[in-house]
Amino acid sequence: MNKPELVCPGGTSAAVEAAIDAGADAVYVGMRNETNARNFPGLNLDQAELVASIRYAHRKGRKIYLAINTYPQPGRVNTWERAVDEAVATGVDALIIADLGLLRYCQEHHPRVPRHLSVQGSATNADALRFYAERFGVTRAVLPRVLPLNQVERLTQEAPLSLEVFGFGGLCVMVEGRCALSSYATGVSPNTCGACSPAASVRWEEHAGERRVRLDGVLIDVFQKTEKAGYPTICKGRFKTRGAVNYTLEEPTSLNVLPILADLVQAGVAAIKIEGRQRSPTYVARVTAIMRAAIDACVRDPLHFVLQPEWMQGLSALAEGHQQTLGAFHRPWR
Amino acid sequence: MKLSLAPIPFYWSVDEIRAFYDEIARTPVDIVYLGETVCYKRRGLHLDDWIGIADMLAAQGKEVVLSSLVLVDGEAEGKATRRLCANGRYRIEANDMSAVSLSAGTPFIAGATLNIYNEHTLALIAEAGATRFVAPIELGSTALMALRTRAPALECEILAFGRPALAYSARCFTARNYDRGKDACERICLDHPEGLLVETQEDEAFLVLNGLQIHAATPLNYAAELDSLRHTHIDILRIMPEKTGTERLIDAFHGLLTGRHTREEVAAQLAPFTATGSANGYWRGQAGRLSCP
Repeated sequence: MNKPELVCPGGTSAAVEAAIDAGADAVYVGMRNETNARNFPGLNLDQAELVASIRYAHRKGRKIYLAINTYPQPGRVNTWERAVDEAVATGVDALIIADLGLLRYCQEHHPRVPRHLSVQGSATNADALRFYAERFGVTRAVLPRVLPLNQVERLTQEAPLSLEVFGFGGLCVMVEGRCALSSYATGVSPNTCGACSPAASVRWEEHAGERRVRLDGVLIDVFQKTEKAGYPTICKGRFKTRGAVNYTLEEPTSLNVLPILADLVQAGVAAIKIEGRQRSPTYVARVTAIMRAAIDACVRDPLHFVLQPEWMQGLSALAEGHQQTLGAFHRPWR
Repeated sequence: MKLSLAPIPFYWSVDEIRAFYDEIARTPVDIVYLGETVCYKRRGLHLDDWIGIADMLAAQGKEVVLSSLVLVDGEAEGKATRRLCANGRYRIEANDMSAVSLSAGTPFIAGATLNIYNEHTLALIAEAGATRFVAPIELGSTALMALRTRAPALECEILAFGRPALAYSARCFTARNYDRGKDACERICLDHPEGLLVETQEDEAFLVLNGLQIHAATPLNYAAELDSLRHTHIDILRIMPEKTGTERLIDAFHGLLTGRHTREEVAAQLAPFTATGSANGYWRGQAGRLSCP
């Protein structure tokens, strides 16, 4: 029986340890600079923390993957190459890369360190996946959160590498690696700077009993006093179309694949990833523990796998806006 | 410097598309990109029909390129991409790595969604057969200069006028706006030949929904950046089709490049398209929506 790896977010050393203690098979981390797609203040690991995290993980038989998954900027490519060299020197178990040039650098200089294609690489079909596998020796790809279950099932058959899918957490509605909404409003985007909706651009204003939130000049949402306000991103904002105000692109909601976990396991996905390097160690520990229990139960007896209500309740309490969705896995979402 | 016309981004009827390209054939545009890049369900025209239009334009001296779908996420999209790459007649614009993979050996044009952000990646794409690349929308003059001075001598094209696509999804935002699923969209995009406007709650025009794509509501306009575009060795300026007046846009930019129009004349010609503003932020290394003096 295929047993997918549970890959959890380690935004800080404490989160890495929390994930491992709660049952993560692998933890993905980033360095404290623009080379990773969660480049937020106070997040990510410096060299010493990375070494300590790897030691902690390896002592318990787990793995650390390092995301260097922004696109190197022209004339400064060596910043990203040095990050790769440093990461390899610390003994990371795999590199998660999006950029072709950087994949080739890894292949030539560190051929023995496994290369995973980042979700920012936007690979959604077998022909694209074959390109990365054959030309760059990529052994695993993280799929964008836009594919229906039947396409994921088909890709596990057709693609010449193993596949990792997102299982829980924030839901990008756009094809990852192909979204410039943040840079259109603020000048900063995941591709170029590793950040979407940067905190420095967020402005909260109290206005006639309402709370307004802007990204630089752009009004993203207006909350009534009684409403719970989430972190403002353009894709989860409320705008006006055809005379009505609504969540034009997506509601504040979290992805949760537990209802189709057995299908994913049977399809043969190699890994299930939890989103959230910006989340606290407590959050990471709770989500990891629930996903660990669910995957173990599913693999033990997939035909009689029953979704436990306490798992769903536990995840619901941690979900954005307390709402959960199967996202694109469930075709009507599209 | 040459002028190119991007594929029609919105859903128009077959008659409108044919009439549009009959008009374009009479303009001084050098390169025309053809085909459906957004949604496989917009298939009024088949590949053979597009090749017919391509032949008509080629007979008028245009360089014609067939553009591939940006999102290839199912069997139908995969087949369409394979057929396009095997057309044997015209070069393709690869907008997804699947098209690069399928073009192996045949010269192609690397589209903006391939994320060519640096010189090493550009060299690899050239090695795979690209003869030209369209720069990612986010790259401005400083970044492109750094890229151009270090990279192989590939032709470089950038969007110089139009409402740029900013984000791509598998979700159909237009169908969703009408409470319809993507599979039951009843081709609602036909009712929005210029897209569906998204305003902020302060009535500021912000975005435009176009099926699976989100565009900016404000056109990007680099007409006033000509000196710096030349200095950066940009080879081709790309214009996006508008429902009406595309030939006037082409004339304005053609006049600008040939010196036939003064900059003031060009600004006046573009004025009907920029009534609600225009943006050059990305070129200046700023937020894309900004208009920098």
